[in-house]
Amino acid sequence: MAYQKTEIMSQFEPVIGLEVHLQLNTKTKIFCSCANQYGCAPNTNVCPVCLGLPGSLPVLNRQALLYAIKVGLALNAEINSFIKFDRKNYYYPDLPKGYQISQFDFPVAKDGFLKIKSGNQEKRIGIKRAHLEEDAGKSMHDNTGSCSLVDFNRTGTPLIEIVTEPDLRSPQEAYDYLNILKLTLQYLGVSDCDMEKGSLRCDANISIRPVGQAALGTKTELKNMNSFRAVKAALEYEIRRHEQVILAGGKIVQETMLWDDTQAQTQTMRSKEEAHDYRYFPDPDLVPFTVDYKTIDSVRAELPELPQAKLVRFLSQYELSEYDANILVADSGMADFFEAAVKEYPQAKKVANWLAGPVSMELKNRKIPIHGLKLTPKALVELIAKVEDGVVSNLVGKEVLGLMLDQGKGAEEIIQAKGMAQVSDDSALFAIIDEVIAQNAAVVDQIKSGKPNAAGFLVGQAMKKSGGRANPKKLNELITRKIAGV
Amino acid sequence: MSLYPLTAHALLDAFKSGKASAKEAYEDVLGRIKAVEPKVKAYVRQAKTSPDFSGGLPIPIALKDNLCTKQEEITCASRILKGFISPYDGGVIERVKKSGGVIVGFANQDEFAFGSSCETSCYGPTFNPWDLQCVPGGSSGGSAAAVAADEAVWALGSDTGGSIRQPASFCGIVGMKPTYGRVSRYGLIAFASSLDQIGPLTKDVRDCALLMNIIAGYDERDSTSVNEPVPDYTKALVNDVRGLKIGIPKEAFAEGLDPEVRASLEAALALLKKLGAAVKEVTLPHTPYAVATYYIVATAEASSNLARFDGVRYGLRAQPVKARKNALVDMYEETRSRGFGPEAKRRIMLGTYALSSGYYDAYYLRGQKVRTLIKNDLDEVFKDCDAIITPTSPTVAFKIGEKTSDPLSMYLSDIYTIPANLAGIPAISIPGGFSKSGLPIGLQLMGKAFDEEMLLRISYTYEQNTEWHTRKPKL
Amino acid sequence: MSISKKDVKYVAALARIDLPEEDLEGFTQTLGKIVHYVEQLQKLNLDNVKPTSHAVPVGNVFRSDAVKPSLTNSQSLAIAVEAKDGCFKVPLVIE
Repeated sequence: MAYQKTEIMSQFEPVIGLEVHLQLNTKTKIFCSCANQYGCAPNTNVCPVCLGLPGSLPVLNRQALLYAIKVGLALNAEINSFIKFDRKNYYYPDLPKGYQISQFDFPVAKDGFLKIKSGNQEKRIGIKRAHLEEDAGKSMHDNTGSCSLVDFNRTGTPLIEIVTEPDLRSPQEAYDYLNILKLTLQYLGVSDCDMEKGSLRCDANISIRPVGQAALGTKTELKNMNSFRAVKAALEYEIRRHEQVILAGGKIVQETMLWDDTQAQTQTMRSKEEAHDYRYFPDPDLVPFTVDYKTIDSVRAELPELPQAKLVRFLSQYELSEYDANILVADSGMADFFEAAVKEYPQAKKVANWLAGPVSMELKNRKIPIHGLKLTPKALVELIAKVEDGVVSNLVGKEVLGLMLDQGKGAEEIIQAKGMAQVSDDSALFAIIDEVIAQNAAVVDQIKSGKPNAAGFLVGQAMKKSGGRANPKKLNELITRKIAGV
Repeated sequence: MSLYPLTAHALLDAFKSGKASAKEAYEDVLGRIKAVEPKVKAYVRQAKTSPDFSGGLPIPIALKDNLCTKQEEITCASRILKGFISPYDGGVIERVKKSGGVIVGFANQDEFAFGSSCETSCYGPTFNPWDLQCVPGGSSGGSAAAVAADEAVWALGSDTGGSIRQPASFCGIVGMKPTYGRVSRYGLIAFASSLDQIGPLTKDVRDCALLMNIIAGYDERDSTSVNEPVPDYTKALVNDVRGLKIGIPKEAFAEGLDPEVRASLEAALALLKKLGAAVKEVTLPHTPYAVATYYIVATAEASSNLARFDGVRYGLRAQPVKARKNALVDMYEETRSRGFGPEAKRRIMLGTYALSSGYYDAYYLRGQKVRTLIKNDLDEVFKDCDAIITPTSPTVAFKIGEKTSDPLSMYLSDIYTIPANLAGIPAISIPGGFSKSGLPIGLQLMGKAFDEEMLLRISYTYEQNTEWHTRKPKL
Repeated sequence: MSISKKDVKYVAALARIDLPEEDLEGFTQTLGKIVHYVEQLQKLNLDNVKPTSHAVPVGNVFRSDAVKPSLTNSQSLAIAVEAKDGCFKVPLVIE
């Protein structure tokens, strides 16, 4: 069913909370020494522990805890000095022990926040908690559709679950929060944050209430969104659905809804056999952990500059445009590349233009990250210098960039080998100009009669003849001089 | 010369002096099994892997059916695990193999160690070698009966609330529950993770020390394993208790204590005094709550530990007779309903109840708090005492079938053994007499955490000055 | 507090145990007796008592992040009740 936007909509205010599950890119799983690797043949990264064989026991991967602390600090959260693991009991074929090892009352981190831009203002989105847990396996229907097949490779992948306070007030805010969260997490290097691979997953809680009312409405939980866009779309849909139900005098039922991306609508998850009763209790197989200041300080010392701080610094230190700065900061590799390049060639705006423009274009076309390019910051600034010095035109410079990336060679070498240097030599240029003037007498007359702009046409013709290699500035200057008879 | 009645240390002497070989000893034990196993039914399975006699301590050993051993079927005496072949060796099994131990077979037990009589096994009961009408105790009843009947030289069991000590007491042998964390639990199919420990069942105290030397030690695969140096336990075997202080809790003389067991305890106290120990009455005021606490904590953990037996991966998968909910849930329920016996179901449900929404604080959390009080009681006594002595069980072995219809009366037979599990401390049961009916009576000693040596010293001294451990059942 | 048939049905369903009506009465009775017995803990004043999860206090036990060999696919499926296409085969999972 489609729910139309209504004018009455403004009577209601949505209240949204998000739960993000992030797979950590540790070398091994959270409680066993199997490789934490995506895309392997089914049931090959498994052992007695992650298969839940009788008698097996979990031991915590220290790196997973350090990553979780890192995430907590980046989210401005308090790191609990005492943490423990609890069992969340439920049955599912991809959950081999019949319980998930998670954290109940003493998570790694609590009470943090992340800032988003809401209109022209900054808004703090509270982070209620971030806790460690183990991922489940994967079950899929087999091709006959009569049974399911379970692969336990993913079982035991370290997950951190990041839960916001119900602070978000629109699907757009949710979308902005997710983007800044993802960027922050990418900066930390603790996950590839790839939603397609499932390394970042997001569920949402949504309720609406009349504007001005303090009490919260009944919420529904949204699952099965495979992109941030889908999260936004699902929230928009669900808000409209809530409004229509309430306006029609109905009541929202607290339940889990699945987003159907192709139908662009939410659907009730088939109701469970019984209410959830997870029977959390401390996992007796794991010991408690204390996190001291020394550990926290050493993790803090490893924290990179986070995107929001970097953006502020780029704007002030390099006087970049907001557009360029945003593009650079949106990729920590790009931002690092930029700063390395500026060290070699202190014209920050020029470097930023090149990175935000031609280099970004190449990345997009080649579908690779910046560290995958055959390009060093030094090589890029050599190219920029050639353009600035007029050795090649801007246009040819872009072509040289492409060749540099293809061949892994320097700008100088490519320009030499291909003879791409601009022709700025007066005598060579005059030869071309003479030809062009001879062929365009009418245009020359126009110029002479006081329409100097017509000279542009002649420059274009001359550029063509030179195969793009003539220096356009020089051409313009020489054509003007020639016609003026100087 | 018959080799099967010998202790491990006597066999090792015989191997050393060339009077016997490991192969002869093994075959002699197999012969004994052939002769008496039909009466005792201590084993559920012979080991499949062929024996290797080349190791340092090639002693024929029986393993409880809950110790994961590579390429062997391990079932916890439950239908739900039938057909499960372990792809790995547990930490203790690795140590036994490394020492050269010769695995004879897998011993019967109560299903998932849920019981004190070995009667809940899916294979049927084991019979007490001293009186085939009686239970061998449990849950490690098969291990205890195998050793008492000379069907194994020694055995390993597991003890969650007395499951090594009570059957040792019923079968007239030595059984020790080590300090929690002293022995790796990796590969032990869990009943209650915070209480379980693997331990030895042996013919005398020296063998107990020898087997502790093999199994004790840190295992990085068990987070609760303690990284403390392991002493040579045989060094603790000193025939001297002079100057030691032994506490006797007044709560030990509780209602339900069999007069014959009481008399044995009193005789033991007199002997220890005579040997130079000081015996002091102490109090453990919260131990009357131990059984109640235990049945909350242990069943709660068990309900979660046994959730993995769901028919999805290994063991039993039962096909639903009729469709009830959906194919998957029906399979779960059919598998678990047919796979678990009534006592397992009862404990799973009790534990589920104790953890369920609205009851957690009243049951589980409360249980964990009373556990603290019981532990504090013991800590307080150990400030002043080197060990605590009690009966192992309030009675001698009871008749088969006597308590099966009343689970609670069965639970109460663990009243003396449970506190050591709740507090994590070591405890040992040693032969301490016989009833007029000819059934063995056990004595229990509890010690400070990681002070197994004190228990061995007192036990050894007592053993050197009594002859109970030399008696054998007539089979 | 005492345990009712409804409670027993509820925990049986939570624990994925199918209890036919004819068994319900018996289990309710024995469980009721046990629950009644453990009720004695309600008498104790536990206001300032901390719970014990681990009797022998150990903390901060970690594993280093180094890969060790896993089971092979055939080793892991050797235990399987049913296997197909390298996976454990189970009845249809319905979302």
